[in-house]
Amino acid sequence: MPADALSRVFAALSDPIRRDMVARLTDGDATVNDLAEPYDVTVQAVSKHLKVLEDAGLVSRSRDAQRRPVHLEAEVFDLMTKWIERYRRQAEERYRRLDEVLRSVPDDDQQQPARPAANTPRKDTTS
Amino acid sequence: MTTMTHETEISADAKVPVIRITREFDASPAKVFRAHTDPELVAQWLGPRDLEMTIDYFDCRTGGAYRYVHRRGEDEFGFYGSFHEVRPNEVIVQTFTFEGVPDGVALERAQFEALKGGRTRLTVTSLVGSFEERAAILASGMDHGVREGYEKLDELLRKDR
Repeated sequence: MPADALSRVFAALSDPIRRDMVARLTDGDATVNDLAEPYDVTVQAVSKHLKVLEDAGLVSRSRDAQRRPVHLEAEVFDLMTKWIERYRRQAEERYRRLDEVLRSVPDDDQQQPARPAANTPRKDTTS
Repeated sequence: MTTMTHETEISADAKVPVIRITREFDASPAKVFRAHTDPELVAQWLGPRDLEMTIDYFDCRTGGAYRYVHRRGEDEFGFYGSFHEVRPNEVIVQTFTFEGVPDGVALERAQFEALKGGRTRLTVTSLVGSFEERAAILASGMDHGVREGYEKLDELLRKDR
């Protein structure tokens, strides 16, 4: 999934109603009328939201059935989650290295910031 | 690892292009802060393990600046920024730019929060320029992709000279 596709997914999920619609679609397919029911908005407004979700590839609507139920494209969701998970794992690896550093450094809570502030009147200026 | 694990948590806000990372450490805020401000310590953990990290300068105080370079063979990836607010054992606010994308700048806030038992919660909030930029950064987690991307970028830059 290219970066602009991912950003479309994020943008599509920036709206609370759309997030709620996606959450409800994780339970199963639903019609536009089903989706519109809990909200104090018109069916047209809900259709507009659906269009945004559809353009982002998050949902699809079947052509054949007359009710045209809305279907959540779980793979797109999964891909996004995978990207974030990979990024998270890299951060975790970095912080495990930091764990090691913290264990190797003796406890010294009196420690002042490492870099003295040259020519600035700061009380933590040392050395 | 110790018996305690504190897995990194990450979230990407849907409304603003922010990446938030949260991690807890078995060390005091003073110690975790020091590991972020002492260049000798920073060099030991910040860079990816398979890259050689060289700190050009690292003056972690309010109004200070930093630059470091990651090297793999002939490839060099430089990063630089300014320290905007540094309060010992509490907060570091800094900018962050990858030299390969000089127009891109993230505003990062690292907060050090004391927990019970002399432990620390670190929260790093990174605000980038756009949702597209954030998506590209998150995508850069696809490690091989980003290396190849940088290599291609380097090739392009060499051609332009």
